Amino acid sequence: MKRLSAFNVVSLTLGFAFLYIPMLILVIYSFNESKLVTVWAGFSTKWYGELLQNDAMIDAAWVTMKVAFFSSTLATVLGTMAAYVLVRRGRFYGRTVFSGMIYAPLVMPEVITGLSLLLLFIAIGMDRGVLTIVLAHTTFSMCYVSVVVSSRLISFDDSLEEAALDLGASQFEAFRLVTLPIIAPAVISGWLLAFTLSLDDLVIASFAAGPSSTTLPIKIFSSVRLGVSPEINALSTIIIAIVTVGVLTASIVSKRQITRRLQEEAQAG
Amino acid sequence: MKRLLIGVPFVWLFVLFLVPFGIVLKISLSDIDLAIPPYTPTLEVSDGWAGVAAFFSALDLENYIFLTSDDLYWKAYLSSLQIASISTFLTLLVGFPIAYAMARAAEEWRPALLMLVILPFWTSFLIRVYAWIGILSTEGFLNQFLLWTGVISEPLTILNTNTAVYIGIVYTYLPFMILPIYATLEKMDASLLEAAEDLGCSRMQAFWLITLPLARPGVVAGCFLVFIPTLGEFVIPSLLGGSDTLMIGKVLWEEFFNNRDWPVASAVAIILLLILIIPIILFQRNQQINKEAQQ
Repeated sequence: MKRLSAFNVVSLTLGFAFLYIPMLILVIYSFNESKLVTVWAGFSTKWYGELLQNDAMIDAAWVTMKVAFFSSTLATVLGTMAAYVLVRRGRFYGRTVFSGMIYAPLVMPEVITGLSLLLLFIAIGMDRGVLTIVLAHTTFSMCYVSVVVSSRLISFDDSLEEAALDLGASQFEAFRLVTLPIIAPAVISGWLLAFTLSLDDLVIASFAAGPSSTTLPIKIFSSVRLGVSPEINALSTIIIAIVTVGVLTASIVSKRQITRRLQEEAQAG
Repeated sequence: MKRLLIGVPFVWLFVLFLVPFGIVLKISLSDIDLAIPPYTPTLEVSDGWAGVAAFFSALDLENYIFLTSDDLYWKAYLSSLQIASISTFLTLLVGFPIAYAMARAAEEWRPALLMLVILPFWTSFLIRVYAWIGILSTEGFLNQFLLWTGVISEPLTILNTNTAVYIGIVYTYLPFMILPIYATLEKMDASLLEAAEDLGCSRMQAFWLITLPLARPGVVAGCFLVFIPTLGEFVIPSLLGGSDTLMIGKVLWEEFFNNRDWPVASAVAIILLLILIIPIILFQRNQQINKEAQQ
């Protein structure tokens, strides 16, 4: 491979500077002493302390975690089922409608998804709260899970499953013992994707939430509308740190798995 | 077993995705009313067929006619289309050189570079938009920096203008542009370029005649991936845009939450959906063609 030309080095440098400097500024200024977010007045962690004493914020964070956990778990189960049916089960009555419903939410503007779900909840007289947000998040994130899982299902050989069935495994056993271990990395990354989508969602949650169930993005949005605050900077820094650690760990783990599989295959071959 | 596997996700999506659309469509044909819920008519099944007939006869296209008669709405649709097109183009201008350089980088560097592009995508969208408020405001970092270097003598007003909206969109949607372009460029055979240069092409000519046409599927996919979601974008125009930034996602939100006019909000949603169907179908076709080309 040739060395990168100067032009390419410049575009990479500028590109990554553009992507990372805004977040870097946010992180640095979360340790700023001053309440004025754009004037540096010395190092301090006092905004983190204030954040921990902000009960409304802590409550919202707790609601958000609960919603994200339940909706991503439900979405993973439903999305994996949908992917399995679409990839492995050939033709069935209503398949076109089914695959349309799986892909449509991916391109649907959030305002429309949110509005339509809210109108449904009102039409059936359902009180809005944590449950309605979980239902709403599950609905759109199961589609992402299904896309991630079906791309893995397509790429592996279905004769493995057929062999298991020939050797006397029941369909459920064949799925649990053969298919599931193979698609497990995709299922896990689908779950992670659903989890972060739920953590991050403002628009759909705003429609689906009741007055007693505020999530963190809703809370952040309403306070950000009034302007920049060091407390939100501190909160953002915590979120950025968690995501970074999470994504890096996930990528290292999956890299190890791939190397191990390659090694095993090399030994077996 | 098979029935259960198909049935559970099917029923879920039917109830929570398809039925809600039916409701939006129905409410878009209703009239606003001072009641709970704030629209009329509501279906009175207890009245039997007379109730159903009365229900359907009360539905009309009034809200759609209202949308065409009030300037605000069609201007908002047009300006959403304009903002989405311009920012898609800007994202392409910023994203292409990055994707190109990544594909040209040494193989052992590529996973790390890819990670650097994907990482912001996992970080909260809201926070990434928020980060720009502090940068673009009148006392913000950008103005401080430009004043300090002496490029400008008066602070620029960027926050709460369309410029800020463009910056926000380019920033948050950049990974969606880089990844598909990178994917096509990475697969490209470098010997094609060498052959072209051997045959007398200049580097520039080789880029225009070979690299760009081969990158086209990725460029098209990236443009759709940016254009489609930005058309209905709400967070960026409401945090970075000004009061004169008209985007349909924001109009829908305000119609619903501030004016509490559910029928008009529903009609706005239905029209937005109709506008979106065209790029979505084109995008699907592009993906299909790419898939067939790969096989």
